[in-house]
Amino acid sequence: MAQASVENTSTPVGESTPRIDAREKVTGAAIYTDDLQFGNALLHARIKRSPHPHAFIKKIDVTKAKALPGVKAVVTGADFSGYIGLYLQDRFIFCRDRVRYVGDPVAGVAAISEEIAQKALDLIDVEYEVLPPVLDPEFGVSPAAPVLHPDLAQYVVAGFIFPEAGTNISNHFKLRKGDVDSAWDKCAAIIERSYRIPHIQHVPLEPHIAISKVDEKGEVTLWTSSQSPFAQRNLIAQSLGLSQSDMRVISPTVGGGFGGKAGVSMESLAVAIAMKVKGHPVKLRLTREEEFYTAFVRQGLVAHFKMGCDASGRLLAMENRFYWDGGAYTEYGVNIARAAGYSCTGPYEVPNVKGDSYCVYTNHPVGGPMRGFGMPEMHAGLEQCMDELALQIGMDAVEFRKLNCLKTDSILATGGRMHPIGLDQCIEKVAEAIEWGRKAPPSAPNKRRGKGMAAMWKAPAMPPNAGSSAWVELAEDGKVNVGVGGQDLGQGAFTISAQMAAATLGVPYESVRVAAPVDTRYSPYEWQTVASRLTWSMGNAVVNATKDVRRQVLDLVAEAWNETPEDLNIVNGVVISYKSEKEIPLKNLVIYGLPKPDGSGWNGGPILGRGNFMPNDVTGLDAETGQDEHGVVHYTTGVQAVELEVDLDTGQIEIIKGVAAFDVGKAINPDMVKAQMEGGLVQGLSSALFEHLKLKDGFVQNPSFVDYRIATSTDIPREMKSIIVEVPQADGPWGARGVGEHSMVATLPAIANAIYDAIGIRFDGPPFTAEKVYLAMLDAGIVK
Amino acid sequence: MAFHKINVTINNEREQVVVPSNMTLMQMLRESVALTGTKNGCSAGECGACTVMLNGEPVNSCMVLAVECDGAKIVTVEGLAGDRQLDPIQEAIIAAGGVQCGFCTPGILISSRALLDRNPDPSEEEIREGLVGNLCRCTGYMRIVEAVKKAAEIKMAATGVAAD
Repeated sequence: MAQASVENTSTPVGESTPRIDAREKVTGAAIYTDDLQFGNALLHARIKRSPHPHAFIKKIDVTKAKALPGVKAVVTGADFSGYIGLYLQDRFIFCRDRVRYVGDPVAGVAAISEEIAQKALDLIDVEYEVLPPVLDPEFGVSPAAPVLHPDLAQYVVAGFIFPEAGTNISNHFKLRKGDVDSAWDKCAAIIERSYRIPHIQHVPLEPHIAISKVDEKGEVTLWTSSQSPFAQRNLIAQSLGLSQSDMRVISPTVGGGFGGKAGVSMESLAVAIAMKVKGHPVKLRLTREEEFYTAFVRQGLVAHFKMGCDASGRLLAMENRFYWDGGAYTEYGVNIARAAGYSCTGPYEVPNVKGDSYCVYTNHPVGGPMRGFGMPEMHAGLEQCMDELALQIGMDAVEFRKLNCLKTDSILATGGRMHPIGLDQCIEKVAEAIEWGRKAPPSAPNKRRGKGMAAMWKAPAMPPNAGSSAWVELAEDGKVNVGVGGQDLGQGAFTISAQMAAATLGVPYESVRVAAPVDTRYSPYEWQTVASRLTWSMGNAVVNATKDVRRQVLDLVAEAWNETPEDLNIVNGVVISYKSEKEIPLKNLVIYGLPKPDGSGWNGGPILGRGNFMPNDVTGLDAETGQDEHGVVHYTTGVQAVELEVDLDTGQIEIIKGVAAFDVGKAINPDMVKAQMEGGLVQGLSSALFEHLKLKDGFVQNPSFVDYRIATSTDIPREMKSIIVEVPQADGPWGARGVGEHSMVATLPAIANAIYDAIGIRFDGPPFTAEKVYLAMLDAGIVK
Repeated sequence: MAFHKINVTINNEREQVVVPSNMTLMQMLRESVALTGTKNGCSAGECGACTVMLNGEPVNSCMVLAVECDGAKIVTVEGLAGDRQLDPIQEAIIAAGGVQCGFCTPGILISSRALLDRNPDPSEEEIREGLVGNLCRCTGYMRIVEAVKKAAEIKMAATGVAAD
């Protein structure tokens, strides 16, 4: 009998199980933060924002605003003196003495309606002394630039971030490997290029929203759409002088994040205002316009590359300088500069490297994490240089990449060795899928066709000790409840948690649910849902917690049956013995235990498993050289290629085919891995062809969907192909590593390389709009 | 502010709602009758997350005043499914993996259903055109387009119309 059950077993890991939250999302039943109902006590908040990119606040008069009927509280920076920030505590919740970008919060109002709160903003008088702004990162590092954070030396900062006090440099990451200066003479080809990558916005469909309530004891609840409930608990509590356990963050379904809902941005404003109106929930919801210029934006980048190879095409040297336009506060952005610094060679083995990555304060919107965390911006130029260098040395771009790409045990730019990696497989598979080397004729006489490829790498950028935890319990029916503190942003974190728990315990996928919403009071700790780290890190915690359950179950049954746990297994929710062929369903033992064999009482009790995971071998990187054994946990690598057509009459680019291959170690849910590859490719396409937060004198010129265009259903490739490569990650669950962010990193340079293939033109930065392409073709004499 | 008493049929239920003159249909659905499946992504008629069916036509409910809806029939995402049976487009979008964060999904489902109502056998081009007003940042749209194709097949199979 037991044998029959075994034959029916299949593990849900590696299966494309349907999303665990799909049904509630298609019926309108899924609850997002703005859907929560708070009744009549609810107050609405609006924020008075700086109209200047840089100014001293001389005086704020809130008397008239406070007197407006319906206004319950008006707060300013004078009410909250604590700094806040993830890696560098460089901002106040409300500005105190100085504003540093257009949109910087100066005052907050809570009122009985949004209209009254908005009206009250106009009644707040703020007197400014306007200061000269910094609007370019290279100007920002020059001695001529005004210093935007004179207190930089006093800010609390993470040990691996290196601010330069008295300047606008909030982090300078240095990479020094080999001897670059003497390597240039040995190069047969050298390329030197500069690129400007504009700011863009994450554009989650759900705008930022936070509701906060402070009770009479001073305990705080924050309901918010968040990638980082635990980091928000920690940072907001610290800034407001609260104990972390007195702060509770509840995060319902998240309507897209892409990094923008990581760390802390507007959530602290809602909490600060709520502290002045105890007992009332206070709701702050960003308008779409505010979303564009007051939420995190993706930092701008000015990048200078110099690289060379020998006559055989082997890369010999790179000298790269990155100036990140970090914006007014770089509390999170400093680590983007770091990540780009240690990854500055791209996925290639280069013996001599000099890299400098500067995070620079400017009077632009606040730069923060966005899908790829510096990698899309950095690879945008790097991967075009690779094509140019290949061309110059007379090699095919694919062969050039195959020759130079990282292989297992290659020496990394940071000095350590590469773990097992399938990048060369990715290159080959993508080249085959895009039919590299075969030039198809254009679809019309007024079109030119081209193909382009780009490779990428990205490590989770995080502190060395970012941890995950999980719990697992079972109900009377034997079904499983998995507690996680990581968030499902749409990427499928809850689904793969259920798959891993089901596979580890030996129950069907359908028997597992995930305890949502994430609530810091009940959910286990998770650092943040960022860095494409959940499948790997949280996945390990889920596996460990489920193994804990499994061990307790098997020990209990072994004792009851007088057998050894090694002879037992759990199959389809039934504990079976291979020795005695006995069986017992989990539901008969997970709550009430089992009677002792001698009848003298009961063993066991409600089963509860716990598990955690934290990397324990990350060494950090030397401050002067960026060298060390194990600076990051791992790298996910991959390749994308596109085939496109340029319309000679309009300059419009149509992406005909997009191909991607990523080495994900192991696809826990292959369909969802492919869905990440497709969604990332289209987001990358969108950033390449359309997106650009237009900044003029510090003002965002296009804060709406009309003026800031993102890809629609009519812009996507006619065909997309996603290829999974699986070279296992030694410490990943089933060998898995992350892929969520990676899927947009190589898209832009692949498109740029394809544009060059089609019309022979390169640009110093995106977006490659029809207008820009057409004018360039006019300049080049391709069209008249 | 003037208030108006209006009669509407929402998802086959007759409702009487008192609405201020400046209230949008989206606000009425989300706040007055607590049908929060309809999402607010921009309040400016640009993202499509608030799409509902108004007298059989898909509209951005943030661009319609509630008071204009007196006597109207409205279908929201909550009204797509029968008692136990999901609409074919809901089934198809799950099967195709066309849902990620889910915030655009209600609007996408309504637009897709409206497209299939007026064109039971749309070409891929027509599907892409039909969804152009619904922004999605997660999926890359391909699986959504696949889902609409599949739903058309299911519907035609159910109604006995031959698919080509």
